[in-house]
Amino acid sequence: MKYVDAKQVHKKMGSRLLANKLAKALFLMATLFGLVVLVVLIYRVLTAGLPWINMDFLTNRLSTDPGRAGIWGAIMGTFWLMLVVAPVTMILGIGTAIYLEEYATKGRISSFIKTNISNLAGVPSVVFGILGLTVFARALDLGSVVLAGGLTMALLVLPVVVVASQEAIRAVPQFLREASFGMGATKWQTIKNVVLPAALPGILTGVILALSRAIGETAPLVVIGIPALLIPIPDGIFDKFTILPVQIYYWTIDSALVAEYANLAAATIVILLLVLFVMNSIAILIRNKFQKRY
Amino acid sequence: MKGVLHVAKSVVHDSGKKLNVREIIQEKKKTKSVSNLTEKLIPKILFGIAAISVFTTIGIVLTLLTETIAFFKDVPFIDFFTGTKLKPLGENAVFGVLPLLTGTLISTVIAMLVAIPVGLMTAIFLSEYASERTRKVLKPILEILAGIPTIVYGFFAFTFVTPLLRSFIPGLEPTNILSPGIVMGIMIIPMVASLSEDAMSSVPNAMREGALALGATKLEVTWKVVIPAAISGIIASFVLGISRAIGETMIVAIASGSSKNFTFDVTQSMQTMTAYIVEVTGGEAAAGTTLYYSLYAVAMTLFVFTLIMNLVAQYISRRFREEY
Amino acid sequence: MSTVTDKTNVNVNTAAGNEGAKDNKKVVYDTKDLNLWYGEGHALKNINLAINENEVTAIIGPSGCGKSTYIKTLNRMVEMVPSVKISGEILYRGRNILEKSYQVEDLRTSVGMVFQKPNPFPKSIYENIVYGPKIHGIRDKKILDEIVEKSLRGAAIWDEVKDRLNQNAYGLSGGQQQRICIARALAIEPDVILMDEPTSALDPISTLKVEELVQELKKDFSIIIVTHNMQQAARISDKTAFFLNGEVIEFAETDKIFSNPSDKRTEDYITGRFG
Repeated sequence: MKYVDAKQVHKKMGSRLLANKLAKALFLMATLFGLVVLVVLIYRVLTAGLPWINMDFLTNRLSTDPGRAGIWGAIMGTFWLMLVVAPVTMILGIGTAIYLEEYATKGRISSFIKTNISNLAGVPSVVFGILGLTVFARALDLGSVVLAGGLTMALLVLPVVVVASQEAIRAVPQFLREASFGMGATKWQTIKNVVLPAALPGILTGVILALSRAIGETAPLVVIGIPALLIPIPDGIFDKFTILPVQIYYWTIDSALVAEYANLAAATIVILLLVLFVMNSIAILIRNKFQKRY
Repeated sequence: MKGVLHVAKSVVHDSGKKLNVREIIQEKKKTKSVSNLTEKLIPKILFGIAAISVFTTIGIVLTLLTETIAFFKDVPFIDFFTGTKLKPLGENAVFGVLPLLTGTLISTVIAMLVAIPVGLMTAIFLSEYASERTRKVLKPILEILAGIPTIVYGFFAFTFVTPLLRSFIPGLEPTNILSPGIVMGIMIIPMVASLSEDAMSSVPNAMREGALALGATKLEVTWKVVIPAAISGIIASFVLGISRAIGETMIVAIASGSSKNFTFDVTQSMQTMTAYIVEVTGGEAAAGTTLYYSLYAVAMTLFVFTLIMNLVAQYISRRFREEY
Repeated sequence: MSTVTDKTNVNVNTAAGNEGAKDNKKVVYDTKDLNLWYGEGHALKNINLAINENEVTAIIGPSGCGKSTYIKTLNRMVEMVPSVKISGEILYRGRNILEKSYQVEDLRTSVGMVFQKPNPFPKSIYENIVYGPKIHGIRDKKILDEIVEKSLRGAAIWDEVKDRLNQNAYGLSGGQQQRICIARALAIEPDVILMDEPTSALDPISTLKVEELVQELKKDFSIIIVTHNMQQAARISDKTAFFLNGEVIEFAETDKIFSNPSDKRTEDYITGRFG
């Protein structure tokens, strides 16, 4: 007696294969859904925003009059903000990664710091805004200036830099460290001269990704207190400021009142996406150029 | 330093052409006390830097905690968590957090209804069906989607998705929770997809081959072998997605308005906890008022919720990690 | 059975200890009762060896016998394994290197190492060679240039690379890379050079070049070389130590080991009966 009836199996096979085919089509459609959304989103933004982009839009100050409003202040604000975020987050992020990967013994302290960092990565950005508002803007009495926003943002993107740097440092082969120690180099000499140069591409990629996250982040800075209509152009890290995404926010919610504000918002989005595109391209270039050399 | 250099040079000259590196190094070693100090200081400095991330967490908790305690001096704890009425401004301010909690809950549910099926199916396609070439084309698209700032999604929800939905849902208000919920789901798709795909890709091929060799179709292998084997990673991706949805701010702040009604009607405007924080800080609440303190009570609630979700996700992926 | 083995062990060990004193050469490394554990695993058991200067000492044995562990103990690289525990003494030029107060950096400056797999830094050939001198404080460009030429000549690779000193060392062949690594070790003029299976990743021609180089280098340096290749040990070394299961079974003149081993296990190994 046979347990498996070949005929029966064969009969069922057809429908099983059909189910497989249908499922495959469904899964493909789900995957392409993201692509469709991306295309629609970019198409919408471009059609609404491109006609509004010209030299005046880029170099003018803010204004309630849509015809005269420009984003020079927001561009400079973003620039100054990054000037604070980049060094602070690099020093903190790379330093933490070196400590965790090269110095910390695999004990409680290092696993505590690691858990802490992964939890910090999950804290909503708006909560970081509250921290920035309370500690930097109010307790340290900086006010809603570039420095306060930059410190807040640096802490927000810190986990990105730490994790990327940790991975890059871990990927440096042990035999390079051994070669250095074998020459009588000390630990720090080895880290400085061998490990960090070899890990640099990975670290830089992480830093750029962190900065592009910071450039698009809105909530913490709205919470710190950026006014909806800030006309002066910031001139340093102790000035009040606005940034591209915050400007997009205010124009979008006010577009219910003045329809053209939606176009201004779209035009600003085009600029923001362009900046992000350039940054990510640089990150990809670095990654490809220095990929796997040993 | 000059002296040392001089010695080094004289070594070269004195012995004619013979260079004695060993001697130079011995000479240099005498001036090495500075580098010994660096060697001792560096780990301490780096530890201090690493500790800053811990201080950040402590800073967040302390900030939230002290002001939240002040808030509960004005508003009873029970009233806050059971109150269905939130009217923070005006003479008779009432602080019930339930409208914000339902707003957060509903937008999160809508988002996950989009993100979980689409994200999971995307992950299955990429991990099980797509050829290496197709994957190389499709994955960057997900990465681009993940890299778009949430403010852009907010704009998209408000100026495109809402009008689109209104064309076939007549009762939909210009600001409503449905549209931002859907867009939030779209935003979370890449996260669910890539984390689930990681989990599925790490299922060893031998397990698949075993089932395929018995005549199972790819769908059956996926459903009966791969997904059960990767389930912890997949569920962790869902939980992280939920945490992300709870904490998402700009999409809801823009597209869901600021109505504080206690309702479950998705066509209406609702406010989430995050959007409340943005609204209140944007309105420049004077320090020391109950309104100002309420900001921290809401932020604390938000923080606790997301923290729990993140811990759950970590627990799941650590506790049920399959060892192949 | 076990008592017999123990007895031979004792005999061999004392013989090994005295071997160095017999001829008139100076002892550079004197190992006394060295034991080493990785966690619970007893990797080296009561090692006693006296290694002479200006000789090539080969360490042979099947894989897992502790020969690599032993050579890494000689410059304390073995400490990079977190769970390692060591007892006993290793006297290098009369001082116990296992003492806490012994600065490992000083030790490794005097004792160079060449590794199993060529491991140049992903930098130019020039930068690879001057790495050691630079970390030890030599900055003078003229001296560095001189060191580079001298070391590359010493490693018999100068003619092959002199026109492309600024190219990345990873562009070289495996054999050339290994000679760059030897040159890099020579650049700080060590006293001893440890070589941990330096030719195991190389083709026969490159292997031959490195072997010739070792013969050349022993005029100026003491060389300790771990190899799993017995022919290589026979070709290039003056003395040979045979390791098995973490013990030194036999240590003697290479000629004697290969022609007339006193231990049955040595004979079994060199005649290819195991390992």
